[in-house]
Amino acid sequence: MNIRTVPSDADLRKTVFAALRKVAPDVDPAQILDSESLRDQTDLDSMDFLNFVLGLHAALGVEIPEADYRRLESVQGIVAYLRERLSAGEAPA
Amino acid sequence: MPSLGADMEAGVLTKWLVKPGDAVRRGDIVAVVQTEKADVDVEIFATGQIEKIVVSEGEKVPVGAVLATVRVEGEAPASVSPAPAAPAAPAPAPVRPPAAAPDERPRVSPAARRRAEELGVDLSRLQGTGPAGAVTLDDVAKAAVASASPAAAPADRAAAMRRAIAAAMSRSNREIPHYYLGTEIDMGAALEWLAAENAKRGVAERVLPAVLLLKAVALAVREIPEMNGFFADGAFRPSAAVHLGVAISLRGGGLVAPAIHDADRQPLSDLMRGLSDIVARARAGSLKSSEMSDPTLTVTNLGDLGVESVFGVIFPPQVALVGFGRIVERPRVRSGIVVARATVIASLAADHRASDGHRGGRFLAAVDALLQKPEAL
Repeated sequence: MNIRTVPSDADLRKTVFAALRKVAPDVDPAQILDSESLRDQTDLDSMDFLNFVLGLHAALGVEIPEADYRRLESVQGIVAYLRERLSAGEAPA
Repeated sequence: MPSLGADMEAGVLTKWLVKPGDAVRRGDIVAVVQTEKADVDVEIFATGQIEKIVVSEGEKVPVGAVLATVRVEGEAPASVSPAPAAPAAPAPAPVRPPAAAPDERPRVSPAARRRAEELGVDLSRLQGTGPAGAVTLDDVAKAAVASASPAAAPADRAAAMRRAIAAAMSRSNREIPHYYLGTEIDMGAALEWLAAENAKRGVAERVLPAVLLLKAVALAVREIPEMNGFFADGAFRPSAAVHLGVAISLRGGGLVAPAIHDADRQPLSDLMRGLSDIVARARAGSLKSSEMSDPTLTVTNLGDLGVESVFGVIFPPQVALVGFGRIVERPRVRSGIVVARATVIASLAADHRASDGHRGGRFLAAVDALLQKPEAL
């Protein structure tokens, strides 16, 4: 049984931008379109992206397998993915 | 003042971390130097005792200038020989001597020194008009007016870095007879192996494909040593160690290429940690002097930006630069059938004074062969 409450989408979005700020401090969240590719908008290379995923993992405790990276395209997609994983409990895919 | 890259002519000693009398060990960080590109931790090359600090904090001195003297272990105090606080990298460019010998440095009033710093005036070039030739506030003000040309103005860091890169790359294109080779490498086996490997690992232990490319280059050097080392004093000097320079673009513009030491001898996990660490420190502007001064061969990986191939400009005094484009699925013919395979275009820019295209071709072939056996990397 999962007794942990899943954060709201607004909180997840905050977590996403907190993780992003660590790898790309120059990015202004207000300029990011939630439905567009995050990497294209912020010029993240694969090392930045890995550190970003690491930041999400540290903040939420979610294991994100490489196979799921394609679902982390936009902020919208990332929030949806995180919500799904957190609702499903801890079990990694 | 160590040479922290081919594009460096001078540096500002911003902070001493040791004082006279301190015991130091080879590799200790003794000072922080600011270049146009970064704040660099300067490591000492000898074990002994700091004898005398020659360059004071805030001073800008050319590459090759003595920063401090060290009494090397076992040496009698009387026979102190001045030694730079860090070794200069093998640089074929003539190293300019310090503008003035340490003991004849111009006298400068503290107020004038402060003002000079604010205005970006190089005190070592000033002829003082004060008592005993001391540099006065007035001298500084006059010098600032005289040097108020665009080139002399210490504009922002980005502009300075652009100039430094331009200087190094101009020198490269002027001095190095480049030749270029390219080949397409099948990455199917490497990526499959890596995906299976990463599936077993947590996020923090995952390895990027770039690490496989780096390791393959480092190992290929063992077969074709002409790609690894320096061209200095009219001759190619191969390096036994493989210190792989990694071109890292900085957010906000610019580029540094610090070294991952002994890349050929590191397991992939260590290499990944080293890469991650050096990228983070490059972006934070805190690299070590040895990392800046001694890459023996550089790799640039522009694949992340989406380009399919990159033909680089060699960082002098190195003799080669390996470039990788994006790993992408392309049609390949295997046994007469067209199949989709993940491939990468590898390129080599190499120095004709050290090798020729035949050896360069062998080198890329060696990189290719190594990437077909990822489990052995």
